[in-house]
Amino acid sequence: MSEARPYKISGKTGSWEIVIGLEVHAQVSSKLKLFSNGSASFGSNENENLDLLDIGLPGTLPTINSFVIDQAIKSGLALNAKVNNFSIFDRKNYFYPDLPLGYQISQYKEPIISDGYIDIDINESDSKRIRIERLHLEQDAGKSIHDQSPEDSFIDFNRAGVALMEIVSYPDLSDWEEAGDYVTKLRNILRFANTCDGNMQEGSLRCDANVSVRKPNDDLGTRCEIKNLNSIKNLMKAIEFEANRQVALLESGETIAQETRLFDANSGKTRTMRSKEEAHDYRYFPDPDLLPLKIQEDRIHKISKTLPELPAQLKERLKSQYKLGSYDARVISAELETAKYFEDLSEGRDPKQAANWIISNLFGKLNGIDKSISESPISSKKLGKLLDLVNDGTISNKIAKEVFEEMFISSKEAKEIIEEKGLKQISNEDDIEKLVDKIILENETQVNQFKEGNTKVMGWFVGQVMKLTKGQANPGIVNKIILKKLNN
Amino acid sequence: MNELLKLSLVETVKLIKTKKVSVKEIIEAYINRLDDTEKYNMLSEKNYDEALELANKIDSKKQEDFRPLEGIPIAVKDIFCTVGNKTTASSKILNNFFAPYESTVTKNLKNAGGIVICKTNMDEFAMGSASDTCNKGEVINPWTDDFSKPLTPGGSSGGSAAVVAASGACFSLGTDTGGSIRQPASFCGNVGLKPTYGRCSRYGIIAFASSLDQAGPISKTVEDAAYALTYMASWDKNDSTSANVKMPDLLKNIKESIKGLKVGVPKEYIIDGMSDEIQKLLDNGRTWLKDQGAEIIDISLPHTKVALPCYYIIAPAEASANLARYDGVKFGYRAEGPFKDLNDMYCKTRGEGFGKEVKRRLLIGTYVLSSGYYDAYYIHAQKVRRKIVEDFNSAFKDVDVILSPTAPSDAFVLGEKKEDPINMYLNDVFTVPSSLAGLPAISIPAGLSKNNKPLGLQLISNKFTEDTLLKTAFALEEAASFTHRPNLEK
Repeated sequence: MSEARPYKISGKTGSWEIVIGLEVHAQVSSKLKLFSNGSASFGSNENENLDLLDIGLPGTLPTINSFVIDQAIKSGLALNAKVNNFSIFDRKNYFYPDLPLGYQISQYKEPIISDGYIDIDINESDSKRIRIERLHLEQDAGKSIHDQSPEDSFIDFNRAGVALMEIVSYPDLSDWEEAGDYVTKLRNILRFANTCDGNMQEGSLRCDANVSVRKPNDDLGTRCEIKNLNSIKNLMKAIEFEANRQVALLESGETIAQETRLFDANSGKTRTMRSKEEAHDYRYFPDPDLLPLKIQEDRIHKISKTLPELPAQLKERLKSQYKLGSYDARVISAELETAKYFEDLSEGRDPKQAANWIISNLFGKLNGIDKSISESPISSKKLGKLLDLVNDGTISNKIAKEVFEEMFISSKEAKEIIEEKGLKQISNEDDIEKLVDKIILENETQVNQFKEGNTKVMGWFVGQVMKLTKGQANPGIVNKIILKKLNN
Repeated sequence: MNELLKLSLVETVKLIKTKKVSVKEIIEAYINRLDDTEKYNMLSEKNYDEALELANKIDSKKQEDFRPLEGIPIAVKDIFCTVGNKTTASSKILNNFFAPYESTVTKNLKNAGGIVICKTNMDEFAMGSASDTCNKGEVINPWTDDFSKPLTPGGSSGGSAAVVAASGACFSLGTDTGGSIRQPASFCGNVGLKPTYGRCSRYGIIAFASSLDQAGPISKTVEDAAYALTYMASWDKNDSTSANVKMPDLLKNIKESIKGLKVGVPKEYIIDGMSDEIQKLLDNGRTWLKDQGAEIIDISLPHTKVALPCYYIIAPAEASANLARYDGVKFGYRAEGPFKDLNDMYCKTRGEGFGKEVKRRLLIGTYVLSSGYYDAYYIHAQKVRRKIVEDFNSAFKDVDVILSPTAPSDAFVLGEKKEDPINMYLNDVFTVPSSLAGLPAISIPAGLSKNNKPLGLQLISNKFTEDTLLKTAFALEEAASFTHRPNLEK
């Protein structure tokens, strides 16, 4: 664990410390909503996934979907947290058209999960523990649609009642990079645990950030909450902007108003959404339609047995089972799909080679087209066949990279490309000998240089062979034959 | 009066089984009666066509296929969602609301062969004790003699109680949050049973206060109440607060002797200013039960006095959230636009859609939950509620049943207390404590006031002991032998 880190903002009056706490809303992976039999799936037509409760019809009642509870327990265990044997669902009261009941069923004083943590990596050897205060379950709201008519607004209630886990960190984060790392890691853990798909584009994971700044060792400053950050990039940008805004205000002698702010991704700025005075009085009270949620130890125990391998465990396994170095293990374990890709690829092959190809070649190309590994045009199976052709000497590493480029564009099999382009490696010693003999005969000067002890000229001869074979000659064999001939 | 209308539920069930009278004949008799008694403004919906259609179907069925409530006409409080009828909770805000789903209680009754003949007027969202907050006007008690001073049937299940008093149905459904079944039963000379909280599913019943609302029957006799509840109650996975506790056979031992039964009379239920006639009614109750071999024990329920304020914090608090869904967005009434903004739509819709009493309670509820007041009111009330539960728990260590009056008076003149809500709330003084504790309780007609109006006695028993409650009630009913009916020929 490391404590001291350089302060992120140096203002006119010296350095400033940033204090950040995050609230992450993660949609529970579940077929059904938290309290109704409405479908929780994404991408349906408007108001297609509705149960009676989801539009608040009178007389309908919430009943707990026990699968969602299991998912929350699983998430809690994956976050090293305590699963509470007793928790309460409360009503959080406010009026908004997309809130069908006029209150959100959430957990207030007694959440299902408390006191967890995530360790984030600060550098190769150090990590920092970010404490998690709580994880509680709550309903999502519907979606207001304002852009279809100049007079009317519409509401899509499909999301209304979908189960969310609100995961609240302590204000242990000290800069936007840590905040980004924390959410990346949190997302990853939930995805490994299979309790949230982590799809930020579809809104399955959203963050609110509480940001304040202070002079080192001062009391906490006034905080602002930035709502609804829907990507890690925006989260980091918003915090960076907000912290600098606060420092600038304080340094010019002004004060920070406690308020809720919104981030505009286009301008990169945050702006006021509502002031503290306009804040809602949510009038929380226990929902009398639901009994307190009691969770027995054996249920927790049973679920802990089903907990899949988590990123930290995977990282250790990559090191011990595949003998990967720290860096490779960290990169490969960072995403569930990467780990799966790696394990498929290294099946029956050299793990180090597999890791190298993924990290140095595949990631580079994917970044270039802004795609994730699950959208890769080259599957692990296809890449595996390419590596096999390198390993059995059919092509050289260099040619392999050329083939790889081609595969990335056309999605063709490596073998097909090699045949089409005639890229097969020349390993026939007789053929190579004939070429070497010809070069030696025609280049007396270079031969003499070699004989005078200038061994660097060796590389020139290899180059000539490669030129004539369009790089297809097996470099090992070429070297061997040139040395043999020149030394004769 | 048609002789059929004089029969009790249990007698009607027996008669229908013999097939000596057709169900159609019975339903027609009740429809005629309801048509003849329209001046009491008891009904929100008439379901005559469907009732007759069902009657015809039943009449073509074989006797051996008859279910326990085959062909029985039931009046349903307009707070139960029933498919095919409007369900409005007597509120303008649900003016034209048709629920596409059936409440579990009415579903159970329909599955047992029961026929919903009508739906009944009530206090708006069950908030009231006089059935005078209904958006379709006040319900008039059939015991009224002088129509220039019409009497209240009590509330909130006033329509349901009035229908039974007027012999307009074999029994009716009410809901009881703080006394809304028992007090109107007392005012109308009926039996009114509020079961243990959780006995009947709340699914499909428009919510007033979730932790208190409970459905129950209003009937002519104790045996009828037992019979009706048997087919209303069920454990329902759609209601998390419904209880998975087996119902004892309510009819098997109902006529058994109550010899040796311990009956507690709480001293706190003898309140200041209680009239002599209520005191005398209670004394009669003691004597009747004692004469049948019960042991009368004076007990104390020390927190009785604070039950009423506690109730008037908790019930409005829950209601303020339960009624938040009526916002003009998804269903029900929406005020006429255009609106300045969203708030304008909410204010106009809710301002026009809710009546005065509902608004009063929503304001109280919102206030007691507000930050700064929450601990002083809501949390405090919850603590008091626990004390009240403990009072009863310790009382039931010594006694089997508790006896008290149902209401502090007989039916009063409509409008008399309308401008005095505190006085109106006092109607619930004897019924609210058992509601807060979730206990089963019943009102039995036990005498007439000096004005010749019915007065009820209340019995309360421990959770899930409706069998003991009904057995005691039966004994009390026998002893009181209340046979008076209102004179409807006025």
